[in-house]
Amino acid sequence: MAQQPNRLRPFFENITYDRDDNELVLNFGPQHPSAHGQLRLMLHLQQEQIVKAHPDIGYLHRGMEKMAENMIYNEFMPTTDRMDYIASSSNNYGFALAVEKLIGLEVPRRAKVIRMMLLEINRLMSHLFWLATTALDIGAMTVFLYAFREREYLMDIMEGYCGARLTHAAIRIGGVPLDIQPEFLDQLKTFLDKLPKNIKDYEDLLDENRIWRMRMEGVGIIPKEMALSWGCTGPMLRASGVAWDIRKEEPYELYDEVEFNVPWSDKCDNFARYRIYMEEMRESAKILYQCIDMYEKCERDGQTELMAHAPKYISAPKLDIMTQNYSLMQHFVLVTQGMRPPVGEVYVATESPKGELGYYINSQGGPYPYRLKLRAPSFWHTGILTDLLPGHYIPDVVSIIGTTNIVFGEVDR
Amino acid sequence: MRAYKPKDDVQKKPYYTDRFWVAPQVPKQPVESDEIFAADLAALQEKFEVLDAYIQVEQMVVYINPEDNFEVLKFFKEELTYDQLSELSAIDWLAQKGEFEIFYQMLSMNKRKRVRIKMFIKEDQAIESVEKLFRSADWSEREMYDMFGVKVNNHPFMKRILMPYDWQGFPLRKTYPLQGDEFAQWYEVDKIYGKEARDIIGPELRDTARIDRYDSERFARLGHEVPKGAPVTDDDPINPQEYQEDEGVFMIKKLKKESSVIVDDPQR
Repeated sequence: MAQQPNRLRPFFENITYDRDDNELVLNFGPQHPSAHGQLRLMLHLQQEQIVKAHPDIGYLHRGMEKMAENMIYNEFMPTTDRMDYIASSSNNYGFALAVEKLIGLEVPRRAKVIRMMLLEINRLMSHLFWLATTALDIGAMTVFLYAFREREYLMDIMEGYCGARLTHAAIRIGGVPLDIQPEFLDQLKTFLDKLPKNIKDYEDLLDENRIWRMRMEGVGIIPKEMALSWGCTGPMLRASGVAWDIRKEEPYELYDEVEFNVPWSDKCDNFARYRIYMEEMRESAKILYQCIDMYEKCERDGQTELMAHAPKYISAPKLDIMTQNYSLMQHFVLVTQGMRPPVGEVYVATESPKGELGYYINSQGGPYPYRLKLRAPSFWHTGILTDLLPGHYIPDVVSIIGTTNIVFGEVDR
Repeated sequence: MRAYKPKDDVQKKPYYTDRFWVAPQVPKQPVESDEIFAADLAALQEKFEVLDAYIQVEQMVVYINPEDNFEVLKFFKEELTYDQLSELSAIDWLAQKGEFEIFYQMLSMNKRKRVRIKMFIKEDQAIESVEKLFRSADWSEREMYDMFGVKVNNHPFMKRILMPYDWQGFPLRKTYPLQGDEFAQWYEVDKIYGKEARDIIGPELRDTARIDRYDSERFARLGHEVPKGAPVTDDDPINPQEYQEDEGVFMIKKLKKESSVIVDDPQR
């Protein structure tokens, strides 16, 4: 039964929902609670089985790449928050690192340590959020409450640092704007000391849970070739038998100085991805303990610098701006006109909680980037649903979308 | 005469540039400075024409002919083990040279190297889809078409991905306006009701915070609220804006130490 177009719905959705060949077209989303935002899936069903899946995105498209071309570099920093809004510091960081590589800046060590702490806190926040929402989608309400309790604690720490809970804008090009607050380390230690027990609690609730295992094991199998071909990164790739972590393989900041393992699995299914998220939380905690030691060493050595010294690109410290004429002039020019990075291009990939977050910047020497491409991991983790869903059943859709950990701020940008 | 504004690039421009300003360059290294890249490039040059190659910020950049794109990517994937296509997109140089620049960002996991393969195409020139080599190109090429209007041959499902399917224009081109023009406000009226209904309906109102006094469907009136559907009358209460303080905003003329409290615990 075809739809009749009229003037109110001119040629809206030329789709036949009920067809003669017994194939049903199911419209999933864009407002489905387990779609993690604005995902719309057109599913072709034979009975309960999916024969064809067609993800439809763009409901949260804000044109960030266009916005970037019309903003000075520092202006764009808060916009990056709105990509992966579950872990916004990692977006800030990716952009800051790309611009620093472009202008060839070296960031002071203390700022690097603080950045690493923020990044790992964001990774923990993101993974806890993932665990909570996925468990809720599968029906495990208790895990949601527990995981959000811990995430709340981390958000309080972030709020103490930068004043914001979700959209942090906590990292600047050339360093960090602030030192950590005095109680930061104690709060973080308190949290980290409790974390292993908390993770154990989640695992006790889920690992041997019959429903959880039935919904997760052997469901959503992504073979290695498919994961590579679809550009999967992060936990999605590591669950498919490729132990590739950018922090380990192409270390940035001080990741080459800390000890941590890269959890990976060759089971390729939802359960493998779940296990990887849990293990990554443990590894993040390990990194954070080492960061605390590194920070205390910076304190002992008297390394107090937080921003790189590059008068052409970075404003001087506030004290200099308020007392020295030339610093004030520089600051004025940098705020009103913006920095002008050299002519050239750069692609920088960082390991965000979701996968490889890349920034491609083409600078023509002006205060606005000529072209900025955001490589968001979730974009391809959504695309893979086209090939992944056929053959699965309707309830599997929810658990597969859950473990792909897509965030639509990032998919649509 | 009014200043002439070229329409080929409507992006924001810096309002001031020093007349002696010379933009510095991001340094480029020759490919020979890295042995892995040098070997890759030598193997590539045996089979294909390489227009330019250098290393910039630790990554090799290779310029090739646009006709070779499928074969070169296949060569990189199968012979040189660049097994992932991280990113693919275009850059708009239409105003300067009438060309698009296409780049393919590739990653080799066992070499731990990244390569950017680039090419120039004319505005109406189509490129070959690499979707058969990398499934990720399926969505990237759709996005590239959606944003720039770059045509891709042999793509299985070439359709807009981020913008609505009936959208006109390509948003990431430099000629694309940054704000809706006078036609944008009539778009939905024309589409749904037809042009003849313009007088009855009026243009689309884009101020979301606007309050219409004669709108009897909403509950908001200026300064007060009414139930939904309440009729509009002339004797609506007048609600002048009031400050909390009786005599204007409270200002501290002189701070007395004994009358102030120091809060020790910010959490309280």
